[in-house]
Amino acid sequence: MPKNHTVQDLYLKNLTKRYDDFTAVNDLTLTIPAGSFFALLGPSGCGKTTTLRMVAGLEEPTSGEILIGEENIVPLPPYKRPVNTVFQSYALFPHLTIYENVAFGLRRRGIKDIDKTVKDMLALVELTPMAERKPTQLSGGQQQRVAVARALINKPDVLLLDEPLGALDLKLRRQMQLELKWIQKDVGTTFVHVTHDQEEAMTMADTVAVMNEGRIEQMGSPVEIYENPKTTFVANFLGQSNLFSGTVKGIDGELLAVDVNGVTLYVPKSKTNITSGKIVVGVRPEKIKVVDIDTPGLPKNQIIGKISDNAFVGVSTQYVVESPWGQELSAFEQNVDPNDLGYKGNEVVLAWEPRNSFALDPDEDLTAGIEPELVSN
Amino acid sequence: MAVTTRSKRIKTAYLLLIPGFAWLFFFFFFPLGSLLATSLKRPLGDSPEAGFAYALQFSNYSQAIAEYWPFYVRAFTFAAIATVFCLLLAYPISYYMAFKAKKYKYLMLVLIVAPFFASFLLRTNAWKTILSSEGAVVGFLNFLGVLPQERILSTSFAVILGLIYNFLPFMILPLFISLDKIDKRLLEAAGDLYATGNQRFWKIVWPLSIPGIVSGTILTFIPASGDYINAELLGGISDKMIGNVIQSQFIILRNYPQASALSFTLMAIVLVFLYLYLRKIGTKELL
Repeated sequence: MPKNHTVQDLYLKNLTKRYDDFTAVNDLTLTIPAGSFFALLGPSGCGKTTTLRMVAGLEEPTSGEILIGEENIVPLPPYKRPVNTVFQSYALFPHLTIYENVAFGLRRRGIKDIDKTVKDMLALVELTPMAERKPTQLSGGQQQRVAVARALINKPDVLLLDEPLGALDLKLRRQMQLELKWIQKDVGTTFVHVTHDQEEAMTMADTVAVMNEGRIEQMGSPVEIYENPKTTFVANFLGQSNLFSGTVKGIDGELLAVDVNGVTLYVPKSKTNITSGKIVVGVRPEKIKVVDIDTPGLPKNQIIGKISDNAFVGVSTQYVVESPWGQELSAFEQNVDPNDLGYKGNEVVLAWEPRNSFALDPDEDLTAGIEPELVSN
Repeated sequence: MAVTTRSKRIKTAYLLLIPGFAWLFFFFFFPLGSLLATSLKRPLGDSPEAGFAYALQFSNYSQAIAEYWPFYVRAFTFAAIATVFCLLLAYPISYYMAFKAKKYKYLMLVLIVAPFFASFLLRTNAWKTILSSEGAVVGFLNFLGVLPQERILSTSFAVILGLIYNFLPFMILPLFISLDKIDKRLLEAAGDLYATGNQRFWKIVWPLSIPGIVSGTILTFIPASGDYINAELLGGISDKMIGNVIQSQFIILRNYPQASALSFTLMAIVLVFLYLYLRKIGTKELL
């Protein structure tokens, strides 16, 4: 597998897919730089798989263009596109050996002397001893690697991965995340990875695009979108957030003071364009300190509340605290020193640094992106 | 305590096996043994009315084969031709059902099984009417002048047609099941890996349907080679198959040893064919 063969940017331009009365992908414009590991993250039905299938040529866009470099690939049939796919649940050919599965693409293109290429590819994914086995004789993780090898051997400009780790158990999934990332670095191909697992997207990708209802909500590096979500959907779907509706009271140096039901919370001015009127302030649960009422030297943002539930999960304790206005707030306390705050009904202070707050548009639904069935899988 | 529960459980398992074994014994091994014993009996007089005695008269077999071998040849030829045509007809139908019919898939399945609601005999008799020399079909074909014998009934063609008609569902059902089982995403994956439509069929669909082809051909060939109804109702005097000979030996001539020897020989030949066939296909291909 030669490294660094010239790969080109993938560019989606006003891409739209409409079914009878349902818009799966809505005017999507997106540049995926050559050689990057790009994750399309979103809940099921958000249009991420449809986007992927349009790039692969398995679905036809209603309108818009898909360009690789300068070339619009929309008119090309799947087998003429410089794109290969790792399918959800792999779709390995059950009647062929691992060797033949990997060799399939090369054979179809009539390439001669493929033996060395195939063996090198099998070595790359560490499956050399499995060459003569059938797919059903392999474990889930091994099958996954065959699927990657079978696609990568064709040296595509872009490798599409459709929820490739969905069928694996948690431990194997973690391992495969790192392995895939390593393979990507090694071959330098652009990887476009579709997933609904936010942790997976953040672990693997250089750039994450959070998708919802056929649109990109926010795009950026994992740190960027986690620390500064731009919409309530991103704030809730990517990790958890406490969101407060409030009104801007005034400006205090670099901070914006926001009144939330009589409590003043601060958020850096630089994080929002809003300077007056309604606003939403947010904070991640792990940024919040849960401490006794009289603790001195606390950060500027403080809310007094009552513990309504707590769960000890080893590395941290997860508190649910009821605010004076009845909102349930979530806070994760690192288990640095075991503390004894964890009694239900105790009054505590939730405190966090203003710089860890973020601000959102007040017109958005505060519960967007909360999916009870997808909690931390 | 644990030991008793376990031995009890094993006892229960054996008890549950009894009905199955009893069935197998009384309705398979016992008749088979009885047939074998009968096939070696010797006659007590010149006519079958005189009865038969238990013996080890192997000449029943040599005699049966020497006298009736052309009927075996005809039976296997007809059955083989019918099986080939069944496969040729069934494959596109099953393929269509599995890949294209979508919501009409199960309706088609019902239609294919529907003829079974009428008796085999009745349906074959219906063909006798359809193909009769006074009928519209033959009339039209004669008008075109394409029938060499100016009739269809009482020809080998009619017998094979009857066999194809009667055994087609036995080919379609296993074929449909193996085609339907193919993960449609494999075809997408093959397309993604540069396979053209033709290659998708020959490299993916065809090899994955081989188990269906094997069971379909077996389910068609075996009953077709032992069949006598089609030859009886649709064929002429020179189209008789081994099934007809066995039937007349048993029912009309009452020469039970001869009939049993013929049956046993038929069974043996079919088993040899089956063995050679499965060995040729190779069980590896059967997944």
